[in-house]
Amino acid sequence: MSTRSQARAAKKNVPAPGYDPAVDPLLDIRDLHVGFRTSKTEVVPAVQGASLTVYPGQTVAIVGESGSGKSTTAHAVIDLLPGRGEVTGGQILFEGRDVSKARKDDIVAMRGSSVGLVPQDPMSNLNPLWKVGFQIKEALEANGVAKGKEADRRVVELLEEAGLPDAERRAQQYPHEFSGGMRQRALIAMGLAARPKLLIADEPTSALDVTVQKQILDHLEMLTGELGVAVLLITHDLGLAAERADHLVVMYKGKIVESGPALEILQHPEHPYTQRLVSKAPSLASQRLSARKEREEVKAHAVQTAGEIAAELEQAEEVVGDVTRDDVITVQNLTKVFKLRGKRPGQKIDFTAVDDVSFSLRRGTTTAIVGESGSGKSTVARMVLDLLEPTSGTVLFDGVDVRTLKGKEQLRLRRRMQPVFQNPYASLDPLYSVYQSIEEPLSTHGIGSKKEREARVRDLLDKVSLPTSVMPRFPSELSGGQRQRVAIARALALQPEVVICDEAVSALDVLVQAQILELLNELQADLGLSYLFITHDLAVVRQIADDVIVMEKGKAVEQASVDEVFSNPTQAYTRKLLDAIPGGSIELGR
Amino acid sequence: MWWYVGKRLLQTIPVILGATFIIYALVFLRPGDPIAGLFGEKPVNEGVKAQIEAQYNLDKPFLVQWLLFLKGAVTGDFGNSYTGRPVMELVQQAFPVTITLALMALAIEMVLGIVAGTIAGLRRGGLFDSTMLVTSLVVIAVPIFVFGFVLQLIFGVKLGWVSPTVGGDWSVSKLILPAFVLGLVSFAYVLRLTRTSVAENLSTDHVRTARAKGLSERQVVKNHVLRNSLIPVVTFLGVDLGALMAGAVVTESIFNIPGVGNLAYNAIKRGENPTVVSVVTIMVLVYVLASLLVDLLYAWLDPRIRYA
Amino acid sequence: MPEIATRPGQQRFVAPLDETPLQDVDSVDLSAAPESQWKEAWKRMRKSPLFWISGTLLLVVAIVVAFPGLFTNADPSYENLSDSLAPAREGHPLGFTQQGGDVWARTLYGARASVAVGVFATLFVTIVGVITGAMAGFFGGWVDSVISRLSDIFFSIPLLLAAIVVISIINNVWPERQFWGSVFVVVGALALFAWPQITRQMRGAVLTVKNLEFVDAATAIGASRWKNLVRHIVPNAMAPVIVTATITLGVFIVAEATLSFLGLGLPRSSVVSWGNDIAAAQVLVRSGQHLEVMFVPATALAITVLAFILLGDAVREAFDPKARKK
Repeated sequence: MSTRSQARAAKKNVPAPGYDPAVDPLLDIRDLHVGFRTSKTEVVPAVQGASLTVYPGQTVAIVGESGSGKSTTAHAVIDLLPGRGEVTGGQILFEGRDVSKARKDDIVAMRGSSVGLVPQDPMSNLNPLWKVGFQIKEALEANGVAKGKEADRRVVELLEEAGLPDAERRAQQYPHEFSGGMRQRALIAMGLAARPKLLIADEPTSALDVTVQKQILDHLEMLTGELGVAVLLITHDLGLAAERADHLVVMYKGKIVESGPALEILQHPEHPYTQRLVSKAPSLASQRLSARKEREEVKAHAVQTAGEIAAELEQAEEVVGDVTRDDVITVQNLTKVFKLRGKRPGQKIDFTAVDDVSFSLRRGTTTAIVGESGSGKSTVARMVLDLLEPTSGTVLFDGVDVRTLKGKEQLRLRRRMQPVFQNPYASLDPLYSVYQSIEEPLSTHGIGSKKEREARVRDLLDKVSLPTSVMPRFPSELSGGQRQRVAIARALALQPEVVICDEAVSALDVLVQAQILELLNELQADLGLSYLFITHDLAVVRQIADDVIVMEKGKAVEQASVDEVFSNPTQAYTRKLLDAIPGGSIELGR
Repeated sequence: MWWYVGKRLLQTIPVILGATFIIYALVFLRPGDPIAGLFGEKPVNEGVKAQIEAQYNLDKPFLVQWLLFLKGAVTGDFGNSYTGRPVMELVQQAFPVTITLALMALAIEMVLGIVAGTIAGLRRGGLFDSTMLVTSLVVIAVPIFVFGFVLQLIFGVKLGWVSPTVGGDWSVSKLILPAFVLGLVSFAYVLRLTRTSVAENLSTDHVRTARAKGLSERQVVKNHVLRNSLIPVVTFLGVDLGALMAGAVVTESIFNIPGVGNLAYNAIKRGENPTVVSVVTIMVLVYVLASLLVDLLYAWLDPRIRYA
Repeated sequence: MPEIATRPGQQRFVAPLDETPLQDVDSVDLSAAPESQWKEAWKRMRKSPLFWISGTLLLVVAIVVAFPGLFTNADPSYENLSDSLAPAREGHPLGFTQQGGDVWARTLYGARASVAVGVFATLFVTIVGVITGAMAGFFGGWVDSVISRLSDIFFSIPLLLAAIVVISIINNVWPERQFWGSVFVVVGALALFAWPQITRQMRGAVLTVKNLEFVDAATAIGASRWKNLVRHIVPNAMAPVIVTATITLGVFIVAEATLSFLGLGLPRSSVVSWGNDIAAAQVLVRSGQHLEVMFVPATALAITVLAFILLGDAVREAFDPKARKK
């Protein structure tokens, strides 16, 4: 087909002449190059020579970590590259016509009606100032599907179809009155409003809780199946991709490294990068029995080291509490009630974030607290760290109530319990160099001379496997994983016995996450650390924890050892969480 | 909603009290004898002086004076000026022209600033954008009275399109040039604010989603860029009404407009304390009410704001 | 997978390893020299034409402020009515004012007063604003209530009117002031009612920073509240304040000129300033004669103010988080 006939066909938003939907792919990306222009002459490549095809009704997944070019590839299809992005080479054939050379109007005509988009973050993708119904109606009217009253009716149908209960009332509400999952349903309704032939789903659930994720993905799969819509699924989760897609495309640093039938790739990955992904994906870890065995070894080693340290401590002076106890932290009937502003002035509504939670952390082991957003798990962590005052209940560190400690004794407690927080972009002071960040706890406690402190910082960097040449660098120059390493080094600077990790690996790419988890395991064995590990991801729990507390709406609904919870969950909610781990049903080839 | 209005009204009370107190303190702690000024060179009869002092409450302690002023102000009685005329009368005469002038300036800066700012923001880096940026910078950098004189000279004296001065018999058409001059600086700020806001909004996720569902560029801009971009601009405009009333001091003196600015300026120069305090109090009131209005408008523009 | 017939374009594909070399997971990039946020901003600023234009202008202004005598031999305060509005001549390149002063010399010497007002008023406002804003944002509770209400009150009184009142009062009490006395009266009058803007901005910035995780991390280390505020929170909240302060500096210079126009700026008898000369020339403009007598000081003032505003824009762009590399 000549370029001219392609261009002519594109004008009418109909397939190019000679295009046969029964044989030809719906979307055919050939040797696509995309770059971001940084100056008049300089273009930084983001996608280099990507080729992939999507057939009508098929689901194809692009898998990759952040910066792999997966979203860029997808956005190039509907000409919605951010900022100064541009297609620098190759073809994007949709129904045979080249989108990358089409006129602006033709692309506008194609969006919505031929290709729909379900974007990544439901919080920022709806306009906060318009009612949800109006925003879907816009999609209907812009694509000539329906108008006026008819469109209003259709909006309600679409919302119902997307699985939103009480759709008629919901259509009249604003986005901020919706939860994340509900917003994502609205965005799905919007993406499918004009019945496109292809739906681009860009990490459609990564911002949502796992149980909601599963519901939404199930629903999306059902809908697109019924409607015969092809789906281009963009995700970082190999397990999720394999579960939902027929065909997988793995991207790494702007290039496609491997593609083929989903199961085949998962069972017989050939490219080293894909092999790495398969072996490290936490969602697939349920198949890796060795992880559990390794964990046992780590635990035994850690408990032993912790015992030795406790014995040493006992001889030292200035120790608060009884260090010989088996439980280093004991939490008893912890409750936190927040006072929220009500609808009327002066009116206060009690919100119980944490409701009567009790547990203990054994020396040298890891206890994980698992729950979805709003379950109160982070509030527990903040109370254990003595950063937040409990409404009632106590936190005992070596048998001493942390709230009763003041001044010097409180300082001593702080030395023995350190946090590592979730957001790698906010957990380090951007104005402090790596050296200053790690040295700060030492100088705050007046430990050592300047020289000794520097030696200590070098030692700590070595422990977290960072070269000492990062010392003069600033957080903005480091990746998320590297920042978390620095945060861990800072936490270890005071030689604590307990480290509290609040979603410490949640924001990281899969491989980096696996690396940090390994590091945490090693450090535990070497230093006899006890971890309180807060996470929303049950898959991660198996790799790091010994005991689990499952929290739901402020209550601890299930507490047991990891093995028990995974093999024999007693609560329905726990089972729901387990089921929601993507890729759990897939058999991995050995 | 009414809870919110009530609450906001209550919140304005300490602001008004505090502001009048400060002005009252400044003006009345000024040393010198206000009565002596009234009589100029003539010697003052002690009896008359005491009588006048009693009439203006000058014989009472400062706090009592302030409270008495407040008591009067609540009923709309700002007392008499030292020349014997009720201050309210002076204000009633001067206020309409100034509020007309300020509202006209507000309208001019709003329309021009938003239109020019939107076009500049949509075509960032283009010729229009650059021209507007330079214009706005020059407007901010040059003292406003220089513009006032130059425009008065060109349009009033040389071209004769408008009368160079306004005078006692003011009319809306005579106020167009002064209003333009008064609104000029704020126009530059509105332009810059709108431009930044539009440019920022263009790169938000929800605008991309709007494009992805097939909306034309015009619809995207109209429904998803403009309205979102106007929120900070509205906030600025609300605060600006008060600033325009005060800025009228300069404009009114250039164009000889018998407004509140002139009244305040002359009163300050002559030490006419009751007038000064009253005019400033009224300006504070205008500012406070304008910001209340903006808060309500804000909540109407942005449904996320709860009336709480 | 025998049962799934592979369609054209979807055959199993594995990229050759030499074309897609595998890199270490999360390796540290040591190619670039380390730089702090400030250094990085400075680096970006150096590339900005805005910065170079404003920087050059400000350098010129600074030299004129420091050594006005380098550019003229005339005495700025010498006025001879026989020279009133006389044209330019040897040693007096721009002619004379109505009072017979040398326009060029007065413009050069006038820089000092105008810039001094801008600099000191900005310093005062920034110091007060940063301290009060940081306290309100950090301590919250009644401290916040008191500071916020106070700033509301001062913000509600129109700046220009308030400054007129203050200066007219001081004129009564202290009519005979010299250069610095006059400058600081204007500085005080402007700053007294202008600080709430910085306070509000600082308070907002502190509220944002105080909830970031590194603040909690510092608390958990055992850093005191005070140390946390001074070492972590305030430095991270300063960037927007610096931008505002730079722009405010220009605005103060304009405000001084406006006060002079109203006869309440720096006293003409003791201080040579741009505002005074512009205001003095208004009579000429009204009659449409000798516009240059006003335009020379007005242009000098406009260029100075423009330089500060452009600098503010350059700083803002340099600190813009969106422009910053990840």
